[in-house]
Amino acid sequence: MYLYDTIDQKIVDERVAQFRDQTRRFLAGQLSEDDFRPLRLQNGLYIQRYAPMLRVAIPYGILSSKQLRMLAHIARKYDRGYGHFSTRQNIQYNWPTLEAAPDILADLASVQMHAIQTSGNCVRNITADHFGGVARDEIVDSFVWCEILRQWSTFHPEFAYLPRKFKIAVNGAETDRAATFLHDIGLHAIREIVPDPILAKKGSDPIFQDIGFRVIVGGGMGRTPVIGQVIREFLPWQHLLTYVEAILRVYNRYGRRDNMYKARIKILVKERGPENFRKEVEAEWQQLRDGPSTLTKAEVRRVESRFVWPRYEALEDLYLAPSGAFGTWMKRNVFPHKRPGYVAVTLSLKKTGVPPGDATDGQMEAIADLADRYSFGELRVTHEQNLVFADVRQDRLEALWQELKALGVATPNIGLLTNIIACPGGDFCSLANAKSIPVAEAIQRLFDDLDYLHDIGDLDLNISGCINSCGHHHVGHIGVLGVDKQGAEFYQITIGGNQGKRGGLTPGGQTPASVGKVIGPAFAQHEVPWVVQRLIEVYLQEREGEDERFVDCAHRLGIEPFKQNVYGHADSPRQDREPVPA
Amino acid sequence: MATLIRRGKIANPSQPEAGEVLRLEPGDDPAKVAERLGAVARVEVNFPKFTDGRGYSIARLLRERHGYQGELRAVGDVLRDQIFYLARCGFDAFLLREDQDAGEALSAFNDFSEAYQASVERPEPLYRRR
Repeated sequence: MYLYDTIDQKIVDERVAQFRDQTRRFLAGQLSEDDFRPLRLQNGLYIQRYAPMLRVAIPYGILSSKQLRMLAHIARKYDRGYGHFSTRQNIQYNWPTLEAAPDILADLASVQMHAIQTSGNCVRNITADHFGGVARDEIVDSFVWCEILRQWSTFHPEFAYLPRKFKIAVNGAETDRAATFLHDIGLHAIREIVPDPILAKKGSDPIFQDIGFRVIVGGGMGRTPVIGQVIREFLPWQHLLTYVEAILRVYNRYGRRDNMYKARIKILVKERGPENFRKEVEAEWQQLRDGPSTLTKAEVRRVESRFVWPRYEALEDLYLAPSGAFGTWMKRNVFPHKRPGYVAVTLSLKKTGVPPGDATDGQMEAIADLADRYSFGELRVTHEQNLVFADVRQDRLEALWQELKALGVATPNIGLLTNIIACPGGDFCSLANAKSIPVAEAIQRLFDDLDYLHDIGDLDLNISGCINSCGHHHVGHIGVLGVDKQGAEFYQITIGGNQGKRGGLTPGGQTPASVGKVIGPAFAQHEVPWVVQRLIEVYLQEREGEDERFVDCAHRLGIEPFKQNVYGHADSPRQDREPVPA
Repeated sequence: MATLIRRGKIANPSQPEAGEVLRLEPGDDPAKVAERLGAVARVEVNFPKFTDGRGYSIARLLRERHGYQGELRAVGDVLRDQIFYLARCGFDAFLLREDQDAGEALSAFNDFSEAYQASVERPEPLYRRR
């Protein structure tokens, strides 16, 4: 992970002082609610259903054990002893007071953390592939580029009052594990296919000569889910900041400000057409290109040298073929590593009965200790709301598993139906139309048979409590969306969504990412698990072998057979409302 | 009454202001007025709401692309807590919204001692000075 130098630290410290003064003026009545709102939001502070919510940034999802201990301390001292890891790879506290927020920020700054731009109409926390640096299909380690973008976006003076929020994701592997096609900007760190023999002959450093980015814009979820468009196949790394700046400037000037539901960049890209939008960005970039914000090799090296990289030992891969519970866990929660003798391990925060993504202060501290002992004192937060130890020795895997089990974070369900992504929903969020957490729990309880779950195989089930889609329901293979019907909570079901991770891009640059389709009228809360069961029934009957996942099957068959088995079923609670022809 | 401030000082309200003023609204395109910039006494950029950030891009374009050197004044919903960013984008005069305390607003120039990005105030990004 990146270590601050004195300037980075000073900037964060000055932010704490600035926000302390702003809070003081607000509490003293010198700053109105309207004038204060954008300021507190840009510090991650919402006013929620019961109390303010504070969202703390975990840049591109990387945390040190020391930082996790501080997050535990904050949970204990200012909250009710737990925190919620979010799909933005951040952590949220649901019960702090506004008065305490400056002190929390000061505590965070003491471990090189902050809540800068975790909300508001600005560039948000940069997210990335949680297996960066370790995945075998990695092309470029994206974390150095993420940090360069983090610094560029932090307090960018021109882009603090955009039409709407702005999210950037970076992925550096063949497989897209960062949902890059569903972000305002998605970046694929890639290597230029054509080598440059002349440069190599001249003795130039080949390390950076060939790195660049595929640039995707205009993806997103929310009210209008859109799959992003590639506007540049290869952007040489030197131009990363000027090009992103050109996109942001076009958006800042021309993005809609008359209607907040049409203010995201995806609407601008749609209204102008991707080709026209691309031309505008390129024209703006021609003016900025090769200017002072062009990246230098020295800067890339400087950032790289401030990262603490794991000191791997020279090991051999072990032949691991365990059976029983350990084997089941290994199959789902252990990920291959590019270094021989190592693996990456996912800690499941999806135990039945615990809100998805939640961890207690005690768990956080124990996990921090395990990170020190098993994974170079570092861990990652995934956008699927789990934690990752990226660098675990294979010969210590079983010992780690035992310890994780004791902590309740070894549920072997990564990639399975019960690894549910869910927002905090109506239990906490003031935007939500409906609850998410009890729905997740009811589904997890119904699908508690591990053998059955493993037989169903890879399945993303995502739940959002409202159309803002913090729970990523649009890209769930099965998506559940809370809606409000005359004051009552109902749930709309979609199938066939896909965040796009498996297999990466086709040669034509097509993404497997897709948005789910609604199967029909909504259901009451207690009916949702029953509906999921009916959908699974169709899949198990119709699938062409175990390799065909639920989502592939849904794409092949279309929604009709699924719809039929839900609305046309003898026990269907919606039968009376929606007669389905045989 | 709305007070006019510049970095480090409150402008003298009795001093008369002469010359032609060019006023831009958030939707205006600086390229369309580029030819007039040499002839005006000052340019005013209006912020109908402080949350409308288009004026920040306008300011940078005026300074960095069209070479405007004269006074660039932010007017309208101009508040203490946006002054630091406004100054970095090239504004050098700020007509504060009426309820704003001018003394408080002057301290805003010192909110941060460093910044990562290139800006009108410091055309080199931090990494070229680090």
